[in-house]
Amino acid sequence: MDSTETLHESPDGGTAEAHADGHTHPRYMLVWLWLAILTAAEVAVVWFTALPKSWVVVALLIMAVWKALLVALYFMHLRFEPLRVAVLATSPLPLAVLLVMAVLQEYK
Amino acid sequence: MEAHAAPYYRGGAPETGLAVYTQKVGMWVFLCSEIMFFTGLIGSYIILRFGASETWPAPGEVLNIPVTAVNTFILICSSVTMVKAFAASETGDKRGTRLFTLATALMGATFLGVQIYEYRELLHHDFGPWSGLYGSTFFTMTGFHGFHVFLGVVCMTWATLKAFRGGYDGGNYRGLEVLGLYWHFVDLVWIILFTIVYLI
Repeated sequence: MDSTETLHESPDGGTAEAHADGHTHPRYMLVWLWLAILTAAEVAVVWFTALPKSWVVVALLIMAVWKALLVALYFMHLRFEPLRVAVLATSPLPLAVLLVMAVLQEYK
Repeated sequence: MEAHAAPYYRGGAPETGLAVYTQKVGMWVFLCSEIMFFTGLIGSYIILRFGASETWPAPGEVLNIPVTAVNTFILICSSVTMVKAFAASETGDKRGTRLFTLATALMGATFLGVQIYEYRELLHHDFGPWSGLYGSTFFTMTGFHGFHVFLGVVCMTWATLKAFRGGYDGGNYRGLEVLGLYWHFVDLVWIILFTIVYLI
């Protein structure tokens, strides 16, 4: 950690570290640890479990979305950006769902 | 014209409108188009896979999961070094900025190297884009992602050289933040691809 920063408990549950001017950064190494654990868990679920295939797929999708959210919220700072930026960033998601649904209908 | 003496991107209040500086807005708009691009690829893959008449290979039957899991971890680590480079630049830590930009570029290049190794092995076993739906969708998605990583590595190499020349000193961190958004997005897409293509 840089000497100008001071670790402190932040209102969001201790995932941020603050500079002298009050500007905060997330605790990136904590996010990294979560990403590493989830990646290992994904491989473990595929290899070492005798769960039904449908359960494995659901577990994998949940972990993938969890990891994607960690990257978007903390590394891309969406959690700390103005709401307008978050709206801009997520605006294609409904269109993405529509695109897949439309192609799916065409396929059927 | 005294008011224009200082570069507009150094410090100062954010622009009006979205209340963030324009380069960042531009990158987010670009990333929105990228979301739609990868949605087209991933959506097509899902539809083709579940409608395929041919049997889809089980995870690990064709693709090397351990090697790719390590490669995924390398890309995740590169995202951490990227964001640490930005944080270092923002706090005026010159050594940290140089170290972390260099580490990010090297890890991105390593990811590409491992992907090339993977392709070489697969092609050696006669598994290529011509190998049915599975082969064509696999190479299309991972190929386009790899191309994005390649562009990221080129930009990161340029950013590393700029960092070593002191280009991000004095609070001039915006270029690194905008490049970081692209880099993290490429990481995020790989997280989804790794799950859908390799593990499911």
